[in-house]
Amino acid sequence: MLSLELGLWVTALLAVIGLPLAWWFARSRRRWTVWVESLFSLTLVLPPTVVGFYLLVLFSPFSPVGNFLETVFGWKLVFTFSGLVVASCVAGLPFMLTALRTGFVALPESLLEASWTLGKGRLSTYFLVVLPNLKSALLAGAVTTFAHTLGEFGVVLMLGGSIPGVTKVVSIALYEQVEAGNFAQAHVYAVVLLVLSYAGIFLLNSLERRSRTVRR
Amino acid sequence: MTHFYLRKGRANLDPGFTLEVEFALLAGSFTGVVGPSGSGKSTLLRCLAGLETPDDGFVEVQGQRWYHAQQRLSLPPQHRSVGFVFQDYALFPHLTALGNVQFAQKDRAKALAWLDLVGLSNLADRFPHQLSGGQKQRVALVRALAREPKLWLLDEPLSALDEDLRAELGDQILLLQKQTGVTALLVSHSLAEVSRLCTEVLELRAGHLVADRYPV
Repeated sequence: MLSLELGLWVTALLAVIGLPLAWWFARSRRRWTVWVESLFSLTLVLPPTVVGFYLLVLFSPFSPVGNFLETVFGWKLVFTFSGLVVASCVAGLPFMLTALRTGFVALPESLLEASWTLGKGRLSTYFLVVLPNLKSALLAGAVTTFAHTLGEFGVVLMLGGSIPGVTKVVSIALYEQVEAGNFAQAHVYAVVLLVLSYAGIFLLNSLERRSRTVRR
Repeated sequence: MTHFYLRKGRANLDPGFTLEVEFALLAGSFTGVVGPSGSGKSTLLRCLAGLETPDDGFVEVQGQRWYHAQQRLSLPPQHRSVGFVFQDYALFPHLTALGNVQFAQKDRAKALAWLDLVGLSNLADRFPHQLSGGQKQRVALVRALAREPKLWLLDEPLSALDEDLRAELGDQILLLQKQTGVTALLVSHSLAEVSRLCTEVLELRAGHLVADRYPV
């Protein structure tokens, strides 16, 4: 349940954060955009333990940032569920961004221009034309982000530890069962991850196939 | 009366090219613009619609100033009374034929009447991917007119259609222009097509007018 809750929180938050960010990456012609884009995609190639380690250092109550968050807002992000959400957002952001950016780039410019010449401003065009035609990309981003969050191990272990009922997600529980030699329980966790991952990929492929039929 | 002078270079794409055109269109006239590829025909339409910003010049339509370089005035496309017909139709894929027209004209009865004008009211509930090329272009034609624009700009509207459909759609365009009395500017690479439809013809070569107003 904790894993599902984490997956849903991360997917929802990243959809909100990812939409304007991916739109900016897809549309901006400024040269320095690529620097920012690369920075946001870094966690795609960086070992999760490295990401987790730096987040642990950053959010520790002994660091200026962690201390500020705790004293000003009362936010404790180390070994808490909130910290897990933040860490998973950092790790999962590139998955959402990649899917959304692809969707934005694939959108014909003439659709936006048609909307403008039909009297709609840029914001109306975004909500009336861009978003409705981004459903497949948004869903692809949601599925991949959700699946990645469920399977995330290094980042969540580093920042969340393994506190039962608080930060022990299914991937960590699986590892602990294997380490304890309890293979029957490990199989249960593994099958849950396998089924959820397969369902996600199946959904994506079905949608892709459907949109191909519509385009034809 | 529509009066414009536009100058625009293509520094990035074609450094040697400059579009420089001054012309006046009588209210209710139907003017064709012909010329080889890259002569600036589409750029001219896009500058009039506000989809591209010229380097210098002005655009005045029926006493209203849409663009004036020296006054740093440039109305965005949504504030210019234009109907733009795109070569690739640019119909919104998530909306039905009626939904596309209603995007410009909210009144359902009026939108249906526009579709009826091109014989498509029986296909009002179909989505663009369920329409033929000719049907899509008919929807695009009336969608651009549904806002009752001062200027109807048609950017090679027939180029994606086969020979028979071109003649049929050409007649449809002519009929719509006569019925609405809108001032229209049609871009095409076919002199024969433009001569058949328009009352005036402008010929552009390398960004400059080489002939205008020759009798058709």
